[in-house]
Amino acid sequence: MIAVLLITFLITLFYMAIANRMLTYVKVLALQGVLLFFVVFIQLSEINVVNLIFILLETIIFKSIAVPLFLAYILKRNRITREAEPFLPNFVSLIITTVIVVATILLANSIQEPHLDKIFFVVALSTLFTGLYFIASRRKIITHVMGYLVIENGVFVLSLAVGNEMPMLVNLGIMLDIFASVLILGIFLNKIGDVFKDIDVNQLSNLKDY
Amino acid sequence: MITLIYLIVAFSIAIALFINKNKIINYSLLGLFLMIQWGFTIYACLHFHATELDYFTFDALGILLLITLSVISIPAAIHGFLYIQNQQGPARSRSIFFAAIVGLITAIGAGYLSNHIAVTWIFTELTTLFASALIYHHRNKLALEGTWKYVFICAISITFIFIGILFLSLSLMHAGSSDLSFQNLLANSDKLNPYWLRLAFLFIFTGFTAKLGLVPMYTAGIDAKDTAPGPAAALLSSVLMNLGFVGIFRFYSVVANTSLHHWASLVIGIAAFLSVFVAAVYMIKVKNIKRMFAYSGIEHMGLVMLGLAAGGVGYYAAVLHIVLHALVKSSLFFQYNQIYKVFKTKNIYQIGNYFKYNTTGALVILLGFISATAMPPSGLFVSEFLIFRSLFEANQIIVLILILLLLTMIIYAFGKNIFKILFLPAVGFNEDSAPHISPWESLTQYILLAGAIYLGLNPPVEFVNLINESIMHLPI
Repeated sequence: MIAVLLITFLITLFYMAIANRMLTYVKVLALQGVLLFFVVFIQLSEINVVNLIFILLETIIFKSIAVPLFLAYILKRNRITREAEPFLPNFVSLIITTVIVVATILLANSIQEPHLDKIFFVVALSTLFTGLYFIASRRKIITHVMGYLVIENGVFVLSLAVGNEMPMLVNLGIMLDIFASVLILGIFLNKIGDVFKDIDVNQLSNLKDY
Repeated sequence: MITLIYLIVAFSIAIALFINKNKIINYSLLGLFLMIQWGFTIYACLHFHATELDYFTFDALGILLLITLSVISIPAAIHGFLYIQNQQGPARSRSIFFAAIVGLITAIGAGYLSNHIAVTWIFTELTTLFASALIYHHRNKLALEGTWKYVFICAISITFIFIGILFLSLSLMHAGSSDLSFQNLLANSDKLNPYWLRLAFLFIFTGFTAKLGLVPMYTAGIDAKDTAPGPAAALLSSVLMNLGFVGIFRFYSVVANTSLHHWASLVIGIAAFLSVFVAAVYMIKVKNIKRMFAYSGIEHMGLVMLGLAAGGVGYYAAVLHIVLHALVKSSLFFQYNQIYKVFKTKNIYQIGNYFKYNTTGALVILLGFISATAMPPSGLFVSEFLIFRSLFEANQIIVLILILLLLTMIIYAFGKNIFKILFLPAVGFNEDSAPHISPWESLTQYILLAGAIYLGLNPPVEFVNLINESIMHLPI
C-alpha cells in the first residue's frame, strides 16, 4: 500500500513537469499533501498518539489545505498570469525529471543499508532534485516558492524513512516545514506582489556591485 | 536553569520591544537586555564546562565566541541607537529594529552554546527570521530584493542541513545509538558508517556556508549586508558568520576523528580556495563600500577554512582568526554609518577626502584597512601568518602561492578603494552640506580594533587556553 502511495507521489512529479497552468501546480501540491497524510498514517503506526495526531494535522491541514488556499489567493490577488512560463519546453522538463528518477533508482540500488527503506529513499531524493530543477527552470518567483514546497515534501518523505526509530527528527522536519513556509509565504510573497507588479525573477537584479 | 531563564527573558524582551512603540521604554529595554546578556556571559564563564537544559554546554569554543558576541553587542546597541535617532523613522520600524537585534543576538548566543546538532540547527533557523527583519528595515524595493534572496537561500540551506542531519542519523544507527549530541558523535566516531557520514558532511557543510559566507552559498549574505542598516550588517558580518563557523567546526571535529578526515579537509579546502578566488574577482570591480567589506569577509572566511583544512597549527589560527575578524569587520561596518552620514551614498566614486570631514573616523577606516589586510601591527597578521605556516607544513606550496597571489590582488583592490575614500576628492560632493560628526562616535571602533591588536600580539593566557581547548578534539 505504501509503495502504491509513494509511486503515485512520483507520478505527481511527472505531472508537475508538464503542467502549464499555475493552478495545476497548486492542486498537485495539495494532492501531495493528501498522499503524505496516508503514507504517515500507515508508516508511523508505532509512535505515540499525540505525536501522530500532530503529524497528521500538519500534513492534512497545513500542506494540503492552508498552503494551497493561500497560494491560490496570491495568484488571484496579484493577477499572476495563468501560464507557468518555463525556460525550457515541457518535453525537455519531462525528460530531465525522468533522468533524475532513473539516476536516483540506480544510486539507491548501489547502497547496502538495512536501516533504510529503498523506495522512500528513491522518492525522497527524486522529489528533492526535481524541486531544485523546478526552481532553476521557472521564471516566476511564485514557482520558485512552489519548487521549494516540493523540496520540503521530499525532505518530509526522507524523514519518514528514519522516522520510526527517531521520531524527534520527523518533528524537527515539521518544524522546518512550518517555519520556512510561513516565513517565505506569509511575510514576503504579499509584499513582493505589491512592489514588483509582474512577478518575474528578472526584476530581482537591482543589487549590484557598482 | 539560568539558561532557560535567560532565553525566556531575552525573547520576552524582544517581544516587548516588538509590541511597544514608546521610545523611552524601547531604549530602557535594550539597556536591560545588554545587562542580561553580560550577566549570562559572566555566569557562563563562572560555570565553565557545565551543561544546562541538556542541550547547552558552556564549552571552550562556545564561551570564547559568546564573549566576542557580548563585546560586539554593546557597540551594536549604541550604533543602532545613533542610527535610529539620526534616521527619524516611524516608531514601528524602530521597535521592529531593536526587537530583531535582541532576538538575533540571543539566537546566535544560544546557537554557540548548544551541544546538539539539531539544536544548533534550530537556532540557525531562528537567526534567519531575525536577520530578515533587519534586512527589510528600509522597506523599499532594494531591501525587499535583498530580503527575498536571503530568506530563500537560507531556507534552502537550512533544508540542506536538515537532510544532512537525517543522513547523519542513518550513519549513527550503525553505531547502535540515536543521540545526535556532538559528544555522543565524538564518542562513537569510529563506528559511524562512512558512506552516510560523507553525504551528511556534504549537506551540512553546504547548508552552513550560507551563514558562514563561503562558496557555494555566499551570495545571499552579500546582498543582506548591502541592504541591512550598518549596525545590523556589522552583526551579520561578524557574529552571525561565527555561528556558521561553529556549526561546521563542531561537525568537522567529529568527521576528523573518522577515516574521512582527509576527504573532509579536501572538501573544505576546495570551498575555501574558491571563496578567496571569488572574493578577489569581485573586490577588483566592486564600487559599493558595503559590498566591498562583505567580500572582504568572504576572503577571511576562506582563509579560516584553509587553516582548518591544513590542520596542525592551522586549527589554532582558524579559531584565533575568526575572533579577531569579528572585531575588525564589525568596527568597519560601524564606521560605515558615519561615512553615509557625511556623503549620503554607498558608491565609492562619490565618497572621498574623508580625512577632511571626519578625521577620527578616517583613522578608523585606515586602521581597519590595515587590520583587515593583515598588515603587521594588527592581530590578524599573526593568525594569517600561522595559517600560511600550516599550509606550508601541510606541503601545500602551490595552494599557498596561489592564495598569496590572490591576497595581493585583494589588498591592491581594497587599498585602491580605501585610499580613494580617504584622500582623493569626491565627485560632485557639496562641501557645505557635510555635517559635523562627533569624534565620540568612533570610540567603540577604536576599542574593537585595539582589542584585535592586543589579542593577536599579546594574547592573555586564558584566551590561548580557551582556543587550545576548543581544538583539543581535532587530531594533530
